[in-house]
Amino acid sequence: MATSKTTTAKATTAERTASRTAARTASDRAASARLDVPKTYKLFIGGAFPRSESGRVTEVTDAKGRFVANVAKASRKDAREAVRAARKAHPGWAGATAYNRGQVLYRVAEVLEGRKAQFVDELVRTEGLTAARAAKQVEAAIDLWVWHAGWTDKIAAIAGNANAVAGPYFNISVPEPTGVVAIIAPQTDGLLGLTSVVAPALVTGNSVVVVPGSAQLSAISLAEVLATSDLPGGVVNVLTGDAAELAPWLASHADVNALDLTGAGELDWITLEQSAADTLKRVLRPEPGIAPETPQRILALTETKTIWHTKSRL
Amino acid sequence: MTSPRPASASQALAPAERAVQLLGGDLSEVALRQHLEGLPTVDAVGLEARAASFGTRSIKTTSKAAALDTVIRMIDLTTLQGSDTRGKVRSLVAKALVPDASDPSTPRPAAVCVYGDMVGNAVEALGSAWSAGKDDGINVAAVATAFPSGRASIGVKLQDTRDAVAAGADEIDMVIDRGAFLEGNYGKVFDEIVQTKDACRRDDGTYAHLKVILETGELVTYDNVRRASWLSILAGGDFIKTSTGKVQPAATLPVTTLMLQVVRDWERLTGERIGVKPAGGISTSKDAIKYLVAVAETCGEAWLDPHLFRFGASSLLNDVLLQRQKLTTGRYSGPDYVTID
Repeated sequence: MATSKTTTAKATTAERTASRTAARTASDRAASARLDVPKTYKLFIGGAFPRSESGRVTEVTDAKGRFVANVAKASRKDAREAVRAARKAHPGWAGATAYNRGQVLYRVAEVLEGRKAQFVDELVRTEGLTAARAAKQVEAAIDLWVWHAGWTDKIAAIAGNANAVAGPYFNISVPEPTGVVAIIAPQTDGLLGLTSVVAPALVTGNSVVVVPGSAQLSAISLAEVLATSDLPGGVVNVLTGDAAELAPWLASHADVNALDLTGAGELDWITLEQSAADTLKRVLRPEPGIAPETPQRILALTETKTIWHTKSRL
Repeated sequence: MTSPRPASASQALAPAERAVQLLGGDLSEVALRQHLEGLPTVDAVGLEARAASFGTRSIKTTSKAAALDTVIRMIDLTTLQGSDTRGKVRSLVAKALVPDASDPSTPRPAAVCVYGDMVGNAVEALGSAWSAGKDDGINVAAVATAFPSGRASIGVKLQDTRDAVAAGADEIDMVIDRGAFLEGNYGKVFDEIVQTKDACRRDDGTYAHLKVILETGELVTYDNVRRASWLSILAGGDFIKTSTGKVQPAATLPVTTLMLQVVRDWERLTGERIGVKPAGGISTSKDAIKYLVAVAETCGEAWLDPHLFRFGASSLLNDVLLQRQKLTTGRYSGPDYVTID
């Protein structure tokens, strides 16, 4: 380049044009020679992005069967690590103020908004949606995060109560998070389906181990958003892979407190429910499509704590 | 017992049978120093690589089940807090008696390890399960000699030991004087171990087992660990133990491997078997199994015996129980299914 600059000073117009053309072709060549930097979509466990312990991956292809990306395929040991991470993160998240949880969930929506294009692109490539429909889905997901962010400090007001008792006592009931929730996410609607099950669990302070459905790429990209949204590591853990393989281990795991089978309609969910009953888990049964956007869904993953306290007599 | 003596190079040391046999009749500080400093130096890189390789063995299904039970049988279930209460010791003993209420086939740990003043409570709580110096039952181990720092006068240290033995301790975990050791004053360390061993003598002439804590985290180098191990054995220790658990780093696999090599060498030299006890920082079954591999591949499987190898641990037992439950039920267990203390 330095040489070409010095020669240009003395060069004729024709020479200058020729040299410019040469430079352009060189840069074109450089552009086409740049190697692809394909992304490996890894798991999300305890705030980190490890590969599967098993070393397995699944190929994700587009609607026409062309290769898009490799996605880590989680094993039962990854599920065990995810539950351990979720258990470790639970006290901190459940103990955060409702106001703080709301801020974090709202932040998720903000960061998602900034990375909308990436999510649209992934949905277009893997789910075969048109760009317009993909954008609509991503926007709906963002709105759903905002909707849930709003509920964090209001849910106790509709589910809690100051109970009337026959004695000089305060008697107060409040909803508390169930604990570690294992979720089989809806098989459809990608990012929106995933949000519809993960967000309601997070509102009251549960920590989550989620097996995403079809939207494996969106799930890991969402994990990247969660990791940069002040959500403490381990509160959400994403295990891409085969739900039929992972679900039995999560359903029987003694340290999982609730099992959300919303997207498990195609699995042998009755066996999963029976297995969950061994350790008295709260179970949500499969539903078609995405989970409905209701406060009941948030409350389905809570336990009611009732406190008696003496009234002082001054 | 004896007034502290100035360290003099030609000082005669307290007679310890092993040292006299190995170093000759006129046991002196000079002879001891020459012997210890004549030990070959440790190949640190080789040792660490060797230790790392113990983690690569695949131990699954039935071997894993056997390994987990072996680990439990080797545990000295420990509580060594300033805040220990009689109730805490009772619940520790209850845990030793019934480690897992959901599975009566669970073996019991080798011993409970407490501070000297809690020995009586531990003995009382164990009741008929107490081994009382015999081979059957759970031992009571007591830490002594101004544990964990070892910074007290020799008279205090010996009285500490005698009190624990009188209260029923079957095993004494003593700490060496690391300060003296690092000063190169091997004779003082040696004498203290000999005298503590003497204080372990019961009225009937038998001895409580003496475990010598080297506190390897404060000895800094592997060469020092080898010398201190050798010194402790010469002075009459029945076990050599890595650490108090109060100093980081506590037990590590390379240090334990080195100590196992020392006891292996001692056996080759004299035919006598000395025990090894890593303590502090071993909290998962996975780690514990690596130590079993180290034992088996360094000293041989005969060493996989609570008389020759122990784990000093408090939280390890719960993790082993969780793994055990996973093997028996086929599902992952959780911390809600084991007792906290």
